[in-house]
Amino acid sequence: SVCPGDTSVLAGLYGPAEAKISKELPDRAALEVLLRPKVGLPGVLERSREQLLRQTCEAVLLGVLHPRTAISLVLQVLSDAGSLLSCCLNAACMALLDAGLPLAALFCGVTCALQPDGTILLDPTARQEQEARAILTFAIASGDRKVLMATTKGSCSVEEMQQCLAAAQRAASTIFQFYRDSVRRRYSKS
Amino acid sequence: LLCGPGLRRSGAGLLVTKCGLLRHRPGGGGAYWVDSQQKRYVPVKGDHVIGIVTAKAGDVFRLDVGGSEPASLSYLAFEGATKRNRPNVQVGDLIYGQFVVANKDMEPEMVCIDSSGKSSGMGIIGQDGFLFKVSLGLIRKLLAPKCEIIQELSQLYPFELVLGMNGRIWVKAKTVQQTLIIVNILEACEYMTAEQRKQALAKLSGN
Repeated sequence: SVCPGDTSVLAGLYGPAEAKISKELPDRAALEVLLRPKVGLPGVLERSREQLLRQTCEAVLLGVLHPRTAISLVLQVLSDAGSLLSCCLNAACMALLDAGLPLAALFCGVTCALQPDGTILLDPTARQEQEARAILTFAIASGDRKVLMATTKGSCSVEEMQQCLAAAQRAASTIFQFYRDSVRRRYSKS
Repeated sequence: LLCGPGLRRSGAGLLVTKCGLLRHRPGGGGAYWVDSQQKRYVPVKGDHVIGIVTAKAGDVFRLDVGGSEPASLSYLAFEGATKRNRPNVQVGDLIYGQFVVANKDMEPEMVCIDSSGKSSGMGIIGQDGFLFKVSLGLIRKLLAPKCEIIQELSQLYPFELVLGMNGRIWVKAKTVQQTLIIVNILEACEYMTAEQRKQALAKLSGN
């Protein structure tokens, strides 16, 4: 489970397992993402987030090594205090790493909030998200800091988006270092 | 130069696809691979695994090996089996065999004889005993030559042990209680250091 601040998401990855005939793809693995909110049934917002996560994961997963199989990623939101989508992205990447699935690159999620006066805030809390003019979430790949996924809520100009992207790419290094430290701790025990 | 699990050739260079410790074997041109911890098994040709018979379909048994597809085992693939002399395999039996075909595009196939036609320890695993699942890293550790865990355990009680590369271990000792003690120690070995293990075994052999 991954928790930046008070937002917390539990991720479970199952696979490569047997796929239903209707869902299996002949040349690659079929990835399915399920996002469950803390209270209530999953709605349209969860569905759109699931699609974003699925497309990001499929971009890094080497699905061609496991054709006709199904990989399921289940995310349960334990607590939400802002920047939920980037927390889900980080949890998904750590689940893929932990399960030992073949990946071409790692990715991390960073959320930027644009305040009404133009300042950029990284990893905003729920309160800051409400007051912000625009919220941008980026999924950034590990090798060359390329952008895998970008989603925006609210409006901002192109220059502001470029600035947020640059700030997010800088912040991504901290998150990748955190991945490295967690994995090192896990392997040092054995 | 040989690329083992966890590494792939891409273009002119190497791509690391899994996280873990990078290992190197200097003999015969050098081989590199990544030692990663995993629980899910992916069938590999030549691996010895323990499978559970789930169905009999004509001349072929379907075995669950813990991968994404059931493996198939022909009834002629046992030592001394002919069309008249069929092996006595029921649904739910445990079989120890090796993969003769295991790639990503085809259904895995197993046999219980090696290339010369001898069974060399493979075949149906007998009655009683206990089957349980551990992670693949622990199996690799136990299969290393001169494994300390197995030597220390054998000084405790005599027991029979079958290790499958798919994470399954079958244990049989003289009484049910001894079997369960060995199962618990093997499961806990994954997270214990050598000193903790020696302490636990000393406590048990003192009792």
